[in-house]
Amino acid sequence: MASGVKPRVKVPKTAAAGEAITIKTLISHKMESGQRKDKEGNVIPRSIINRFTCEFNGEMVIDVTMEPAISTNPYFQFEATVPEAGEFVFTWYDDDGSVYDEKKTIEIA
Amino acid sequence: MELSRRETLALGLGAAFLTIMPLRANAAAEDAIAAFTGGADVADGGVTLTAPEIAENGNTVPIEVSAPGAASILIVAAGNPEPGVATFNFGPLAAAQAASTRIRLAGTQDVIAVAKMADGSFAKASATVKVTIGGCGG
Repeated sequence: MASGVKPRVKVPKTAAAGEAITIKTLISHKMESGQRKDKEGNVIPRSIINRFTCEFNGEMVIDVTMEPAISTNPYFQFEATVPEAGEFVFTWYDDDGSVYDEKKTIEIA
Repeated sequence: MELSRRETLALGLGAAFLTIMPLRANAAAEDAIAAFTGGADVADGGVTLTAPEIAENGNTVPIEVSAPGAASILIVAAGNPEPGVATFNFGPLAAAQAASTRIRLAGTQDVIAVAKMADGSFAKASATVKVTIGGCGG
């Protein structure tokens, strides 16, 4: 597991039923592309997060396949519909098999 | 100077080869798009790709893509060592088929977004980004 991986997610605490909300996510990760070389000229092996998903009450909002061209500390912003009160589950999948997740609950105002 | 038939042919071949070379640079990107579309026709329009005209730092270039009615959107950077950037697959609860992220660009190049619409058709948009400092290390 890459060290210092910390997911951060911004979701409003409340929403009206059926409202579209904007979600911002950021996760600290070095996203080593596999293209860089160290001082001795050896290629630094690739180590990235290759997939990100967001679900709400088990239903998919967005599923992103990520390649090495995604920047360090991957950031995503997207919109989701909130049909009822519930929980957003955000999941990041690392190349090394680690899975990082974050959950946010939302109330209907 | 007299050119034999054989030499003339060789010159012609050389010239043809030189013309094809720049196209080959984009072949990897075209392959990536073909793998996504399955070789189907890709129409222009229906997709909005927002990217800066000039990016000072190729390590983190903010882009935004939007394609109303799309099931998924593929982002390709034609000039990167590996052209694939990301694929966004939208689920039933996505309020808008739009997303923004930050990407790496190795140099000045075209960024292409190809959207797969819900009805199975494809649309694309591209934007040229000038990069002052490349984002692939050295």
